[in-house]
Amino acid sequence: MYTEAVMDHFFNPRNAGELADADGVGEAGNPVCGDIMRIYLKIEDDKIVDIKFKTFGCGAAIATSSILTELVKGKSIAEAEKITNRAVAEALGGLPPQKMHCSNLAADAFHKALAAYRQNQSKSAPAVG
Amino acid sequence: MERIYLDHAATTPVDPRVVEAMIPYFTANFGNPSSIYQEGQRAKRAIEESREKVAELLGAADAREIVFTGGGSEADNLAITGVARAYREKGNHIITSAIEHHAVLETCKDLEKHGFTVTYLPVDEYGLVDPEAVREAITGQTILISVMHANNEVGTIQPIAEISKIAHEKGVLFHTDAVQTVGSIPLDLKELGVDLLSLSAHKFYGPKGAGALYVKRGTRLRRLIHGGAQERRLRAGTENVAGIVGLAKALELAVAGLDKTVPHLVELRDYFIKELLARVDHVKLNGHPTKRLPGNISVSFEFVEGESILLNLDRKGIAASSGSACTSGSLDPSHVLLAMGISHETAHGSLRLTLGKENTKEQLDYVLGVLEETVTRLREISPLYQRQIS
Ligand SMILES: Cc1ncc(COP(=O)(O)O)c(C=O)c1O
Ligand SMILES: [Zn+2]
Repeated sequence: MYTEAVMDHFFNPRNAGELADADGVGEAGNPVCGDIMRIYLKIEDDKIVDIKFKTFGCGAAIATSSILTELVKGKSIAEAEKITNRAVAEALGGLPPQKMHCSNLAADAFHKALAAYRQNQSKSAPAVG
Repeated sequence: MERIYLDHAATTPVDPRVVEAMIPYFTANFGNPSSIYQEGQRAKRAIEESREKVAELLGAADAREIVFTGGGSEADNLAITGVARAYREKGNHIITSAIEHHAVLETCKDLEKHGFTVTYLPVDEYGLVDPEAVREAITGQTILISVMHANNEVGTIQPIAEISKIAHEKGVLFHTDAVQTVGSIPLDLKELGVDLLSLSAHKFYGPKGAGALYVKRGTRLRRLIHGGAQERRLRAGTENVAGIVGLAKALELAVAGLDKTVPHLVELRDYFIKELLARVDHVKLNGHPTKRLPGNISVSFEFVEGESILLNLDRKGIAASSGSACTSGSLDPSHVLLAMGISHETAHGSLRLTLGKENTKEQLDYVLGVLEETVTRLREISPLYQRQIS
């Protein structure tokens, strides 16, 4: 059913956990399927210096969360931002079709975490002009 | 690694004695039962002897009340659609429950497209149908009531004799899907009083693709499979002789073993449930504590998802099942758990272990350890699990 890469990330998740002092937190989930993913970001100089995830869900949900953190960690925001759910699935060597909809939302959670980071920035940044 | 199979509600391994009984009907007695020469007549005799054996083991009045089918699903289809078509002029209303197997629910849905109306009765938190609700649902148009004997997911055993009595007081036919109970608990047709009953051999250590429908004398049915005159014109097609022989042999062995297997499985089941609830927090038993199939353990773990538990168990040599949406192939969690009022999230964390006669307490102790460790680890990465800070 799952590729070796999915099983590897599922059984040995990378960057699982939380960041207490995260600069941005994003959550994605589908109330129908039930998988819920939360991404925590630490950003310095427009770079993803640390990232953690917490996921409630199936093998695909946990594996996509795990590989996403590897794909974006250490990258600049501009580069990391290009990540899509599809690219995450491809990095795992593909997912079963029924898993694409509900369980492949890690990139969404990541984008939400970035948006939260930007909102935090604009609030704390001094007013210009 | 030794495999520990805990999914006997899905299917069971065929008993070697059953395989042995079947083999001659693939080889020496391969004939077509409809043929008049010896090879055919030997096969024919084996079918009729099997029919008599099954009738007797179930407490049927007459061997002719047993119709062999290609499994439990076909028996359910034949019972429901067969009655619906035969009694169409009498009425167009069918009553069933919300927690039936898909073989019943999808058959009812199909009939709804063909002018029938179907009432899907709710169940309580234990998965029980209220017999009084059945009585209230009956209208002048009701021709059939179908309520399963025991549920395949949560193991709840329904008060079939009581519901059957209500149906008959109102002159309505009653069918029960007994796929999970035949061969698993003592069962007597005379006590149940049903008009139709479905069973399936692969649930009691018999072969797959072999089932039967009990049809009480006087009950009319329209056949679904047209062709030859086999099975008293109720099911055309050259008989699955070896399968039928295997079904009867498996049932004979299962019924003879009930005195031993039922108490053994009940003891293992209750031990496992007690231990699990003591060792893991936020876990709940699904279904009824006592009106329950001997081998059924159905639980829900909060904050974790079922498929991720199953993958971990499988890696540790354990085969089990879940009602999570992520394992269903559709996007919905188990309709049974939802009908019992269990939330989507909790249904996602459901795990079903169904025990069989070969399971041991040592195996269950191992499973308990693996389960405890797996759930703890998955909760550590679950955003829903907030550790209680003392
Ligand atoms: C309650 C119930 N009814 C019907 C069936 C279908 O039986 P079969 O697999 O023989 O078609 C099953 C098992 O799959 C079942 O558990
Ligand atoms: Zn999923």
